[in-house]
Amino acid sequence: MIDKSIQQRVLKVIATSKRIPLESVTADSTLESLGIDSLDRLNILFDLESEFDIQVDDEQAKQVTNIQQLVAGVQTLVEAKPPAKPAISPAI
Amino acid sequence: MPRVVVTGTGVIAAPGNTAAAFWQSLVAGASAIREIRSVDITDIRFKNGAEVRDYNPDAYFDPAASALMDRFAQFAVIAAREAVTQSGIDFNGPKSSALRETTAVITGSSYGGRAAEEAGYFELFGNHRTRVHPLTIPLSMSNAGASHICMQFGIEGPAYTVSTACSSSTHAIGQAFHMVRSGAAPLAIAGGSEVTFFIGGLKAWEAMRVVAKDTCRPFSLERSGLILGEGGAMLVLEPLSSALARGARPLAEIVGFGMSADASHITQPIATGPSRAMRLALADAGLAPEQIGYINAHGTATEANDRIETAAIRAVFGPHTDRLAVSSTKSMHGHALGATGALEAVASVLALHHGVLPPTANFLSPDPACALDVIPNHARALQVEACLSNSFAFGGLNAVLAFKTWHPSQK
Repeated sequence: MIDKSIQQRVLKVIATSKRIPLESVTADSTLESLGIDSLDRLNILFDLESEFDIQVDDEQAKQVTNIQQLVAGVQTLVEAKPPAKPAISPAI
Repeated sequence: MPRVVVTGTGVIAAPGNTAAAFWQSLVAGASAIREIRSVDITDIRFKNGAEVRDYNPDAYFDPAASALMDRFAQFAVIAAREAVTQSGIDFNGPKSSALRETTAVITGSSYGGRAAEEAGYFELFGNHRTRVHPLTIPLSMSNAGASHICMQFGIEGPAYTVSTACSSSTHAIGQAFHMVRSGAAPLAIAGGSEVTFFIGGLKAWEAMRVVAKDTCRPFSLERSGLILGEGGAMLVLEPLSSALARGARPLAEIVGFGMSADASHITQPIATGPSRAMRLALADAGLAPEQIGYINAHGTATEANDRIETAAIRAVFGPHTDRLAVSSTKSMHGHALGATGALEAVASVLALHHGVLPPTANFLSPDPACALDVIPNHARALQVEACLSNSFAFGGLNAVLAFKTWHPSQK
């Protein structure tokens, strides 16, 4: 199931990176319909990796043509991340 | 206009540290792509490159001299020395002062000594020092290769460096050719050198997502991107009449140069710019498309380049495309960015000289979008009349050289 908060963050990253209004980016958009070219795609992947602290594989990235796939891919990577380590109290 | 010939070639690159060794590897179809050793690649998402292995500057330079030269400038000088030696030109002879004053040195490099610059900046930002090494500028400036070649031979003529990314050294050789043909210089040393294996540069390429995880497979259906290379290559160019007068043996004739800009996109190629550069090279050479038997392609093995280059070749050559042999030697020497055009120009010259066409190595299966005779994996013994060497840079800047087989009977 799609995590709506992840989806919203992905849409925001795309809108910010492409410098287009957030409302123009929806889960149903294709990269083509948003005018996202190969260089925009690199920028978006870079920003998504920063936003979610993930690493997107080149070959998997090449398969993505729409926002739904992008959200699903990001969610998979986020869910696969090891849980954050609890903060360690400084030694006294 | 005088005819211009190539009388010397020099190479240092992953497939070989001399032009002869380089050529032998190319003819054997031996790819020099291996796991990168010269930098720590733990945090780099790709692992393979075409490095100059076991390079020892002391084998070429006095340590006091090499300390003043970044690796890229050393490669430029090493290649120039070999090319000059092969040409038989003597810059130290009793009557050579006029030659030294007028010879041109034109080099190409995309990065220049950026590895040296990176090391200096790491001191600031990584080690939090407050100063950098005083040689940071002289080591890193892109013209250092040209300057050191001039100092090496005492050449005082026109000398400069062209930086047009992956077309740099093709532009350099083309401009040198035009200078010699026009009489602006009686002799030219031209080519390029590049070092690509430093962390910041590798990280920048990683971010472009165009570097293959396995190897470089130009025009192959299985291609997944380029593989970086490094090295240097230089050519000696001079009028045919001068070469013959001093008893030199031309390796090939350089006959045409064409250049164009896509004016389209900073990274995405289109076919019209490359095809116009090829047409202009043919026109400059006075060659009909049917006279071309071989193209040393830009052939980076990215999805876009190989497909677009195929379309560009078909647009220029029409039905003759199916009678053309086209190979990408980047499959063996990697993509040495600003040096790659010079490496490929040497490969083209030697292909004409030896009557053997180098293959596209690492080829698996044909891609319908790249329907060309790519000389898969095995060199082909074939004497062609003329060939092109293509270079198409990021930024849409295209440069194409045309070479012609030289026979002693053509005097």
